[in-house]
Amino acid sequence: MTYSLGDIAISLALVIGGAFVLVGSIGLIKLRNPMSRLHAPTKAGTLGVGSILIASVIYSFAYGEGSLHELLIMIFLFVTAPVSAHFIAKVHIHRDQTEQKLPKPPADTDWATKHTHARDNGQVGGQIGDQIGTDADTLS
Amino acid sequence: MLNRLFPHPIMTILLTAVWCLLVNEPKLGTLVFGLILGTVIPFATAAYWPNRPRIPRPHLMLGYIAIVVWDIIVANVVVAAIVLFKRNDRMQPNWVSIPLDLRTPEAITMLAGTITLTPGTVSADISDQGHALLVHALDARDPDAVRDEIKQRYERRLKEIFE
Repeated sequence: MTYSLGDIAISLALVIGGAFVLVGSIGLIKLRNPMSRLHAPTKAGTLGVGSILIASVIYSFAYGEGSLHELLIMIFLFVTAPVSAHFIAKVHIHRDQTEQKLPKPPADTDWATKHTHARDNGQVGGQIGDQIGTDADTLS
Repeated sequence: MLNRLFPHPIMTILLTAVWCLLVNEPKLGTLVFGLILGTVIPFATAAYWPNRPRIPRPHLMLGYIAIVVWDIIVANVVVAAIVLFKRNDRMQPNWVSIPLDLRTPEAITMLAGTITLTPGTVSADISDQGHALLVHALDARDPDAVRDEIKQRYERRLKEIFE
């Protein structure tokens, strides 16, 4: 039994895609804290799904009329995946569940999601700002 | 006149391309109807998009996309190796803060999206005035190196395209 070049290309793309989706899932189990776990699905969402879709394109050109639908799926995935990752990261910052403390922003007073370094009282960062911040936290 | 008919030329091209891909049949009729949609929709909705985002050098976008796709492939392999073979206590997740030279919202959005799509880094937050990005890196002993690489590789090119 012989295989055509197309068959080999299709199966190669499928195996690569499946492997990266698997590694993404293993990452979800293995990595310890939520922010690190967020890195696992970016793998499955880019190269994993990407190469499965490429397999689909090759298949359609080898055995059918040819289709480029899959490009659209890829574009939509690439546009929407960062948005959901961004929101999950924001939730973690909001709930103070991050392992390490957030660094101070190099510009401006603070990060947009949560004011940890300075309160809105004209104090820009520094020890005084932190002191007022902790006082306000204990009061509330 | 031409500006009134095509208030958003790039949107016209994009809509036509999306229509052709959706129909998925290489026929002339598809292209013509796509062009009609691409003309009518921006024209009818122009009132809701008063400020067209400026993209002075859109042709550089192709090179940028090629670089990002290549980086995604390389970073995927690197991060897969980290996930599979590196022990958890050896890993050093870290926050990286990146001061931004970009000013237009479109360019900053593109940069944040690119950072999230390349495995190993996720953009988490922006500073309150929009002059810095907060990025989480999966395994970075040296946050400054990550910062410099992002600024060198992506931000410089986006600045050329958008500003």
